[in-house]
Amino acid sequence: MFKILKYSFYDLIRSRWSYVYLLFYLLLGFALLFLNENISKAVITMMNVITILVPLIGTIFGVMYFYNSKEFTELLLALPIPRSSIFLGQYFGVAISLSLSLIIGLGVPFLCYGLFQSDSMVDFLLLLSTGTMLTFIFTAIAFLIGLSNENKIKGFGYAILFWLFMAVIYDGIFLISLIIFEEYPLDNLSLFATLFNPIDLSRVLILLKLDIAALLGYTGAVFQKFFGNISGLFVSFFTLLLWIIVPLFLMKRKAGKKDF
Amino acid sequence: MINITNLHKNFGVNQVLNGIDLSIKKGETVAILGPNGSGKTTLIKSILGMVRPNSGEIYIAEKNVKNKWDYRRHIDYLPQIANFPGNLKVKELIGMIKDIRGNDNTREDRFIEIFGLKPFLQKKLSHLSGGTKQKVNLVLTFMFDSDMIILDEPTSGLDPVSLISLKKLIASEKEKGKTILITSHIMSFVEEVCDKLVFILDGKIYFNDTIQKLKETANEENFEKAIAHLLTRAYV
Repeated sequence: MFKILKYSFYDLIRSRWSYVYLLFYLLLGFALLFLNENISKAVITMMNVITILVPLIGTIFGVMYFYNSKEFTELLLALPIPRSSIFLGQYFGVAISLSLSLIIGLGVPFLCYGLFQSDSMVDFLLLLSTGTMLTFIFTAIAFLIGLSNENKIKGFGYAILFWLFMAVIYDGIFLISLIIFEEYPLDNLSLFATLFNPIDLSRVLILLKLDIAALLGYTGAVFQKFFGNISGLFVSFFTLLLWIIVPLFLMKRKAGKKDF
Repeated sequence: MINITNLHKNFGVNQVLNGIDLSIKKGETVAILGPNGSGKTTLIKSILGMVRPNSGEIYIAEKNVKNKWDYRRHIDYLPQIANFPGNLKVKELIGMIKDIRGNDNTREDRFIEIFGLKPFLQKKLSHLSGGTKQKVNLVLTFMFDSDMIILDEPTSGLDPVSLISLKKLIASEKEKGKTILITSHIMSFVEEVCDKLVFILDGKIYFNDTIQKLKETANEENFEKAIAHLLTRAYV
């Protein structure tokens, strides 16, 4: 697996798109810091961008890489290595190179603006780690969708739909259900629903850490109670981790059965 | 060397392999022929473990290959479509495949020479033409010197000079006693390099014998016409 990972990664870090992605984050980081003049405010703006954009990039890059390397994957499949190591290797190659673009692209501007001197260090690290986890989650799902769909266009369609659902539609359904059932106590339901959407989960996690949960109103208090303590933080990280492990497990199973 | 019994494979409603029984002895050079969509590539991919058959057994060197991968150490495979990671250089790709197979005992220098790939070694794979990619593909296949070679459409995109080199190469590998499986649509190529012929139609084997025997049965000295005879007989 590590050999495949090494070469996928090597191929990707020399791809033009990795640099475009890196450059985008560099520009974004510098622009936000320049406009905000305050690291903790910049972190909030950054969070809004990251929770939407990182999953989108992970999804698109994942499917694109999967379909583009299809013929080469066939060549690899005829080599004396187990199937799962090919796909896991490619997956980690993509996910790690995307995460690096994110970490370097945002890290450099924040370091230049004196991150170590500010008290937002922990917030910023939380932002980067949730961003990295979102990359891993959505790349895994993109690979899973790629493996399940022979047809490229369909695969792309499902992947984008999945992102759209998690980033936009899920919240819509969530809000509507809150309005319809407003007579009932909904704290636990909303808590539960948040756990099932990695994007929402990351957003809530960062908001709570930034201590602006008051913005979330009454539910915010419930969330604060749950996520604010160590066990809440642990549960959310564990759930995000599950969001990576489950698709990877399904991917491995799918790859084992598939005909190429 | 290869023993296949009662192999079935369907993709949805499409029955591709319909009870294939085939036995290939060590040292034979066998052509797998058949019209488009007859199941040639599916058969080859089943042997390589890339396609999981619905039923039937495949034995290579007396070992069942089901859910195994280690046996592929003894097979060199040339895929039909050559497409490589675009940002790697030719030299890096060769190194990569060697590294993945964990085999450093290779002879790529000779084949780089034969196919005139030296000027391309430092070029990125995305900058190569189709024919040059096919040559790289051939180098990747032949450099390992395994006992068994499987070639899926080896002639596609090759210029006449390289085609002659390829024929010479196959002949020399044959002399070493290797088992070689080839699919091709170029009949003159098949006639020149292969001893035996396996003709597949609708997922079944219609003919499995030497080229000489085919000509005798068809009562036709011309190989292409003999094949055509086989086809018309099959379709009646």
